[in-house]
Amino acid sequence: MRDVLFGLFFIGFGVKAGIIPLHVWLPEAHPAAPTSISALMSGVLLKAGIYGIVRVCAFGLGVPRLSWGVIVVAVGGLSAVLGVLYALMQHDLKRLLAYHSIENIGIILLGLGAGMMALAYGRSELAWIGVAASLYHVLNHAVFKGLLFLGAGDVVMTTGTRQIEQFGGLLRRMPWTGLFFLVGAMAISGLPPLNGFASEWLTFQAFLYGFRGSAEPLVRFLFPVGGALLALTTALAAACFVKAFGISFLALPRSQAAAGAHEAPAVMLAPQALLAALCVVLGLFPGVVLRVLGRVLRPLPGLQPRADAVWDGLGMAAGGGAFDHVVPLVFAAALVCGIALVGVLAARSGFAARRVPTWGCGGELSAQTEYTATAFSKPLMMIFRAVYRPTRQVESLADVSPYFPQEVRYHAEIEPTFERYVYRPLLRAVMRVANGLKVVQAGSLHAYLAYVIAMVVWLMLRVWWRS
Amino acid sequence: MAPMIPDALRAFSLAVLQAAGLLALAPLLKTAIKKMKARLQNRQGPPLLQGYYDLAKLLRKEPVRSETASWVFVAGPRVYFGAAVAATTLVPVLVAAAPLEGAGGILLLVGTLALGRFALATAALDTGSAFGGMGASRDMTIAALAEPALMLGLFASALAAGSLNLGSLVRSVLQHGITFHPSDLLAFAGLFIIVIAETGRIPVDNPATHLELTMIHEAMVLEYAGPDLALVEWASAVKELLYLTLLVDLFMPVGMATSARPVAIVVALLAWAGKVFLLAIAVTITESTNAKLRLFRVPELVSISLGLAFLALAIRFL
Repeated sequence: MRDVLFGLFFIGFGVKAGIIPLHVWLPEAHPAAPTSISALMSGVLLKAGIYGIVRVCAFGLGVPRLSWGVIVVAVGGLSAVLGVLYALMQHDLKRLLAYHSIENIGIILLGLGAGMMALAYGRSELAWIGVAASLYHVLNHAVFKGLLFLGAGDVVMTTGTRQIEQFGGLLRRMPWTGLFFLVGAMAISGLPPLNGFASEWLTFQAFLYGFRGSAEPLVRFLFPVGGALLALTTALAAACFVKAFGISFLALPRSQAAAGAHEAPAVMLAPQALLAALCVVLGLFPGVVLRVLGRVLRPLPGLQPRADAVWDGLGMAAGGGAFDHVVPLVFAAALVCGIALVGVLAARSGFAARRVPTWGCGGELSAQTEYTATAFSKPLMMIFRAVYRPTRQVESLADVSPYFPQEVRYHAEIEPTFERYVYRPLLRAVMRVANGLKVVQAGSLHAYLAYVIAMVVWLMLRVWWRS
Repeated sequence: MAPMIPDALRAFSLAVLQAAGLLALAPLLKTAIKKMKARLQNRQGPPLLQGYYDLAKLLRKEPVRSETASWVFVAGPRVYFGAAVAATTLVPVLVAAAPLEGAGGILLLVGTLALGRFALATAALDTGSAFGGMGASRDMTIAALAEPALMLGLFASALAAGSLNLGSLVRSVLQHGITFHPSDLLAFAGLFIIVIAETGRIPVDNPATHLELTMIHEAMVLEYAGPDLALVEWASAVKELLYLTLLVDLFMPVGMATSARPVAIVVALLAWAGKVFLLAIAVTITESTNAKLRLFRVPELVSISLGLAFLALAIRFL
C-alpha cells in the first residue's frame, strides 16, 4: 500500500519536477514563456515538484524503503544523463537551458535518492548529507539557472532570435551580459570555486561516504555508479556550455541580427549582477549555507549531522575531516595567486599586444568559416548515437547538370524518442478510445431520451430491489 | 585566531615552495620524454634543457593576438596556468601531506583541472578560425568521456585507503604499510590510460602534430603566440607532472617523508624523481609502440579504462 502511494506521488510530483520520462512538457514550455517567467519556472516552479517528493515520498510515508531510494537514484541518474545529452544537441538557447533544468533535477534526485537509501538503512548521518546536498543544489540551481535565463533573455531580446547558430560576437556588443552568462555557465558546469561545484561536491560525498558502510553488494555498487554518472553529467554540461557561451558570444557575428545587437538596459543587468554575485558567494561560503540547511533539516525525522562535521562558514567536511574537506576560499586564493604570478612572468616581454587578423588559411575569414554549434556537438552525437539515433538528409539541387549543383540542402535530426515512442502511442490509444466512445453521442434526440429513460428505469429497479 | 596565523603562514610558504618546485621541474619532464622518444626512434633528440630555452624565448616575444579576440582569449591561458598552479598545492609530493590539503582533495583537484580546460576551450572559440572550434570540440568530448573513468579509478584507490583527501590517503597507506592488492593493478592500468588521454599523448592525441586532421589539444592552442603560448605549454607540462605524481601518490607512496628531517626530504626527493622517471619511461614506451587512434575509437579506449576501474572496485569491495 505504501509502495503504491509512493509510486503515485512520485509520478505526480515527478511530472511537475520534470523527470524523465515525464519531461516532455518542459522543453516546450520554457522557451515559450517570457524570459522572467522562464527564469521563475526553471528556478522555482520545478522545485515545487521536488518539495513534494521530499515532503511526501521521502518523509511523509514513514521510513522509506530501500527500493524507493534505488528508484529515485535510478530516475535521477537517467534524468541527469539524458537531460544533458539532449541539451547538447539543442540549438535554441532557451530549449538548451530547459534541458539543463532536467539534468539538474536529476542531480537533485541523485542526492535525495542517496539520502533515502541511507534512511532505509537507518544511517542518519549519510541521510543528512544526501538530503542536504539535494537542497543545496536546489538553491544553487535556482540561482544559476535564473541567471542564465535572464542572460538568454537579453540576447533574445536584442537579436530577435533564439537560435545559437545566428549569434556570435555578442561579447563585444553586450559585455556585461556576456560576463554574467559566463559566470552562470561556469557555475552550472560545476567548476570551483562557484556554487555548482559546492553542491556537486556534497552530492559526491553522499555517494562515496555511502559506499563505505553499505552491506548488500548490489546496493553498495549503486553508489560508485551514481558517482560516475554524476561525473559524466558534469563533464558533458561543461562541454555544452563551452559551446553555448563560445558560439553565442565569441568570434564574429553569424547574422545581421547578431551584428546589430546592443547591450541591455541597466534595469535588466542589475538582477543578473546580483545573481552572479550570489553564485560566487554561495560557492565561496558553503559553510553558511550548510548551517541554514541544518536548521531546515532539524525537524525532519531520521537525519542527524555528523558530530564532527565541519561547517565554519568557509569549509565543508560533511563526512568528517578525515574523509574529505574542502575550503573553496583557499582554493580561490591559490587560483588568484597563480594568475597573479602570470603577471610577473608575462611582464618580461615588455611589448604591448599586437592585433592582427586571424589567419584564414589564405582565404578571407568570415562568419561562414567559423565553427558552428552543430559541428561542435557532432563528435558527441556520433559517440552517443545509440541514444540520439540521428538521421540525415542531403539533397543537391542542380539546374543544368548534377555535377554543378546550385544548392545543397542538409537536414539533420535526432530522434525524439520519448515523444515518438512513448507519448504518441499513448495519445493515439487515448484518441482511439475517445473515438470509440463517440458512438454514444449519436446526436439524435431520441437516443438521448432513450438513455435518460433507461437510466431512470434502472435506478428505480435498484431502489425497488434494495427495499 | 592567533595560533592560526603561523599555521596559515607555514602552509602558504610550503605551498609557494611546492608550486615553484613543480613549475621548475615540469619542462624538464616534458623534454626528457621527448628525448627518450627520439632515442627510441634512433634520433638524438633535443638537449634536456630545451624546454627551458623554449619557455624563455616565448616569454620574451611580443604577444600577437587576433583582431576578433576579446578578453576571454587573453584570460584563457592565464586561468589555465592559474588552475595548474593551484592544483600543484593540492598534491603531496615529497612529504606525506599536501601544503593546502585542507582546501580540498581528489574532487577539488579534478574540478581545478576541469576549470583550466573550460577556460582554454572557451578561449579557443574566440579567434573565429575553425581550428579553435574543432580542437575545443574534440578536447571537451574526450574530457567528458574520460572524467567518469578518472573519477572511478580515483575512487577505487581512495576508498580503499578510506579518505578522499590526498594527504590523509598517503598517510594512511604509509601507516598501514604498503599492501599489494590485485585491484591496485587494475586501477593503475585504468588510471594510466586516463592519464594518457588527459595529457594528450599518443594513442589519444599527438602532441607534436599540427595537421588539421590529427590535432586535438594543439588545435585548441594553435592561435597562441609569445607569452600566451609559454603559459599554455608550461601549464600543460605541470599538468603532466601532476598526473604522474598523483599516480605515484596513489599506488606507490614508498619513501615519502613523514617528518621534516632533511635526510628524509632528500630521500623522498630521490624516490619521487625515480618513480616519476619510471612512469615517464612507461609513457614513452606507450607513445612509441602505439599508433594514434582515430577520434571515434577513443571512446572505446576510455571504456576499457572504465571497465578496469569497475573491476578494481568490484574485486576490492564485493
